[in-house]
Amino acid sequence: MIETFYDVMRRQGITRRSFLKFCSLTAASLGLSPAFAPKIAHAMETKPRIPVLWLHGLECTCCSESFIRSGHPLAKDVILSMLSLDYDDTIMASAGHQAEAIVDEIVEKYKGNYILAVEGNPPLAEDGMYCIIGGKPFVEQLKYAAESCKAIISWGSCASWGCVQAAKPNPTRATPVHKVPGLADKPIIKVPGCPPIAEVMTAVVAYLLTFDKLPTLDKQGRPQMFYSQRIHDKCYRRPHFDAGQFVEQWDDEAARMGHCLYKMGCKGPTTYNACSTVKWNEGTSFPIQSGHGCIGCSEDGFWDKGSFYDRLTGINQLGIEANADVVGGTAAGIVTAGVAAHAGLTALNRAKQADKQPGAE
Amino acid sequence: MSTLAAAVYVYELPVRLWHGINALAIVVLALTGYLIAEPLASPAGEASEHFLMGYIRFAHFAAGYILAVGFVGRIYWAYAGNEHARQIFMPPVWKAHFWDGVWHELRWYAFLAKAPRHYIGHNPLAILAMHLFVWGLLFMIVTGLALYGEGAGQQSWQFALFTSWVLAAFGDSQTVHTWHHLAMWFIVCFVLIHVYVAVREEKLSGQSMLSTIATGWRTFKNNEPIDDAE
Ligand code: HEM
Ligand code: HEM
Ligand code: SF4
Repeated sequence: MIETFYDVMRRQGITRRSFLKFCSLTAASLGLSPAFAPKIAHAMETKPRIPVLWLHGLECTCCSESFIRSGHPLAKDVILSMLSLDYDDTIMASAGHQAEAIVDEIVEKYKGNYILAVEGNPPLAEDGMYCIIGGKPFVEQLKYAAESCKAIISWGSCASWGCVQAAKPNPTRATPVHKVPGLADKPIIKVPGCPPIAEVMTAVVAYLLTFDKLPTLDKQGRPQMFYSQRIHDKCYRRPHFDAGQFVEQWDDEAARMGHCLYKMGCKGPTTYNACSTVKWNEGTSFPIQSGHGCIGCSEDGFWDKGSFYDRLTGINQLGIEANADVVGGTAAGIVTAGVAAHAGLTALNRAKQADKQPGAE
Repeated sequence: MSTLAAAVYVYELPVRLWHGINALAIVVLALTGYLIAEPLASPAGEASEHFLMGYIRFAHFAAGYILAVGFVGRIYWAYAGNEHARQIFMPPVWKAHFWDGVWHELRWYAFLAKAPRHYIGHNPLAILAMHLFVWGLLFMIVTGLALYGEGAGQQSWQFALFTSWVLAAFGDSQTVHTWHHLAMWFIVCFVLIHVYVAVREEKLSGQSMLSTIATGWRTFKNNEPIDDAE
């Protein structure tokens, strides 16, 4: 007999009451109406459980850290019990050959049926030698596990975009999951952020497991329900932005009054994430609320775009630190000087000609 | 004393109207755009008493839409209007004589040629510069509407038509902002040069300029032969 999610949860000691609460919570966090709660419950009671295999490449484990701190303990417990975390090298019990055998076991037993969650990414330089798992390059383990999975979740900015280990000049050629050559062609859900918000992570897993299909993704492959709006669109400091009231210095009066951090280089206007609505640590706060601008950690390339305290991308091709205004202003200055010089030369030229042929005008 | 070549009606009303509206819109866009990037000093008091950034952004968006609608209208007129209405959209780059004209005009600006040639429409160098400007304008409109769609949300037509593919093409929103901002300086440089040469040619060349873009009529100060950009 195949186990259902419900069976697994009961086995883990979760009461029916907690289970039903979890179903309503999930419905709410996915933005569905309460009527969906019984549907989720029904799905969980009848559908066989889908195991999730969680692999780690080049990363800092902040995704795992975030995940296990999911704001709602209930949601966390339930989801953790849904995951086959037998192989998550951060929290698994086994080690060595025994642990590696678990990967084979899941791949064999659930061929085409498990979700592959990837935290971090593989470095491709030197045949992947910069990240060795169980004696083999991580990229090989990744390709092997991807071959028979149902779908891939790219956890965090590492798996989604590359992140700091892929920063220029990227000596190890750290490569985000969707760009790994030769990877099996499976649907990929990107859940970027450094780390992603815990509630967003649990909701994505819950969605996948209960509805047995991918959430709607945007053009960049992120779940639309969490990444369709910018921080700036729902930021509680937005009224100060519209009023034109900005912090100019970290210790000025405006900073104390909680004015908008736009002039301090806040990347909220260019960052798609749910921080300003879901927040962090059980809705306690998020970077802007604690007084620092958003650094755009869920955006592609955020680590290579110049200062965290500059809203626009630095332009360093010219060999000096510059930005759009320095480059453009310099060009406009040169043009103005050129025009003035040209006008002067023109006048001089005309005066000379007038001397040469008096009365020609 | 030679007789003057006859005046020619060159720029029809829609072209002249577009020129004026487009120029005004660009002045507003460049000023407000700069202020969006480098906001003014903060007003004191409660946020609810002010809407400074809001008004500046509103002026930018309003002028942006005027610019965009004007551009569409101007494209239509390139099709419906006279041959001069098409010039800046289709530089005859495959014609040797066109490049000869560009070369002559460059020599004229380098004080190497004695006099510029006469044209009924734009001179070849102007056509080239204006053509580049048209692409710059299109770039501003596309990236501008893409930025607008970000605020308007995923259900908006701006998002569907522009933001969706522009964000994917540039990779992320910050890059779009940076390019939209950088391209402003390209437009500013064009305008600086354009106004200078328009005034200069008015004074130095054998043909009218400022009155032409105002009234549509090109007059000539002498009867030198008239060249053709093609
Ligand atoms: C933001 C400012 C401006 C922009 C973007 C601009 C752009 C243009 C463009 C695109 C054309 C070509 C018109 C066509 O064929 O459809 C043009 C023509 C012209 N513009 Fe402007 N313009 C600006 C301001 C001005 C100003 C302030 C003056 C007057 C000093 C001026 C004088 C002229 C003249 C005389 C022509 C006709 C040139 C010729 O006959 O070859 N423009 N301008
Ligand atoms: C000649 C044309 C234009 C110029 C010179 C111009 C200039 C600028 C500049 C300098 C910025 C600030 C960018 C930054 O640093 O983040 C900006 C932002 C923006 N522009 Fe334009 N723009 C032009 C046309 C347009 C058009 C046609 C639209 C369409 C409606 C538009 C919509 C926007 C939007 C939505 C923003 C972002 C505002 C914000 O982040 O609050 N622009 N523009
Ligand atoms: S603090 Fe940042 S996200 Fe919030 S309103 Fe200001 S610019 Fe936007």
